[in-house]
Amino acid sequence: MSLVVDLFSVVAIGAGVFFFLAGTVGLLRFPDPLSRLHALTKADNLGLGLVVLGLLPRSESLLSALKLIAIWALVQLAGATAAQLVGRAVRRKGTAA
Amino acid sequence: MTEFLLATAGVILFTVAVGLVRILGGPGDADRLMAAQLIGTGGIGALLLISAATGAHGVEDVALGLALLAAFASAAFVNSAAPAEAPDPADGR
Amino acid sequence: MSVLQALDIGLAFLVFAVAAWTIFAPGAFAATVGYVVYGLLLSLVWIRLFAVDVALTEAAIGSGVTGVLLIGAAARLRAAETAGSEKSLSGSPRLLVAVLCVLVAMALAGVVLLLPDQGPSLAPQSMQHLPETGLGNPVTAVLIAYRAFDTMLEKVVLVLAVVGVWSLAADQYWGGAPGEARAERPEPTLAFLAQILAPLGILVGIHVFWVGADAPGGAFQGGAILAAMWIIVMMARLTEAPQTEAFWLRLALVAGPVVFLAAGVAGAIFAGGFFAYPPGFAKPAILFIEAFMVLSIAVTLPMLVAGPPRREPRQ
Repeated sequence: MSLVVDLFSVVAIGAGVFFFLAGTVGLLRFPDPLSRLHALTKADNLGLGLVVLGLLPRSESLLSALKLIAIWALVQLAGATAAQLVGRAVRRKGTAA
Repeated sequence: MTEFLLATAGVILFTVAVGLVRILGGPGDADRLMAAQLIGTGGIGALLLISAATGAHGVEDVALGLALLAAFASAAFVNSAAPAEAPDPADGR
Repeated sequence: MSVLQALDIGLAFLVFAVAAWTIFAPGAFAATVGYVVYGLLLSLVWIRLFAVDVALTEAAIGSGVTGVLLIGAAARLRAAETAGSEKSLSGSPRLLVAVLCVLVAMALAGVVLLLPDQGPSLAPQSMQHLPETGLGNPVTAVLIAYRAFDTMLEKVVLVLAVVGVWSLAADQYWGGAPGEARAERPEPTLAFLAQILAPLGILVGIHVFWVGADAPGGAFQGGAILAAMWIIVMMARLTEAPQTEAFWLRLALVAGPVVFLAAGVAGAIFAGGFFAYPPGFAKPAILFIEAFMVLSIAVTLPMLVAGPPRREPRQ
């Protein structure tokens, strides 16, 4: 049983790290701030979500697991809002913000 | 398993480092502001993995605090940059 | 070399690189963002050193309070930078400062690296007496039980800082409110963020304070999270900062130190020593003091970030 749980964790966390790498590649290669913002807030959030999913079976208690889910939900909220705010600032000032 | 968790935390920190190199020097303030967002998300990921590997207790609260405050830098930037501007037509007002 | 050692070395190098970038960054805003990143990386370092209470404080203060304060200041400085002359430190004074900083850092590193394996420590005695305080978290025991006097003085320092910030107001604004007025139509994205974060943050802040008796957390960390929630609501212009002459505000600011001091004096009367707690009654007393500390911190930090009053007091 614990082998299955470990395998699940490894697969989920591995996928999460893959999305973190994808986000960074996007950050390096995209041409302008708005698309870089997308790479950052969408790919990294998905990566974090998969990492949280992989860590859920290993948490110490139900409260810990709920906190992990709350952490991911809050990071989603923060990422979406930060993307809106920074994007608006970029558009107002032009790309030379 | 512990080594795997630590290795993935290391990879995430490496991606954060590479991203920081690119956007801390990037043209314009909006790029630099994204550095705070990058370290917030990547830092929480690395934090959770490291704490699962080393067995430190109570680290979810630290990650919860970081997640709550992740957007504060962007909010402060927008707040101080545009004090009393005309309503944006894109807001539908 | 194990994975853990490689990770630690990589983390240390990253912290060092970010710190170096912050020093050489072009302009105040870039340096401020570098500083916020540095603070968050330090949280990771504290976790690696198993100092989870400190990591919680670093996360709450570094990104919530100090980050907002510095970014606001950098934005205000930018207006002054473009308007006035760029007069920064250059040449031999800068070199002297750099040499001094490097010497101090090397001295500190030397002291830490040359410590004997079993350094002088009071940790065993403090753990031994922990059950008498009724607490499970030794950090909280040190802060509120063994070294309560120091913690009380720190709260007094916070009040003095607020007085210092308020004294920067122009004469006609004394007693008025800092910050911007409440907006008729607040920016929708910020308002959305504040409306969702604030209730959750209040819950998390109270939880972190309450759980600090037995697990990492405590009054300062909980108060800092609550302070950050008030700061974001003020930033979204959903509410405005109170008048600095308001009685309830001044009462809330001093409530923490006053209750703390009163508890210390009561200890001298009822428990045989200044800041002594009656046996068996220690934990309720500690939680009572901490509750008022949380109130004071949650009110003091946003007042520090809001700055000196900039509007005339309403009559």
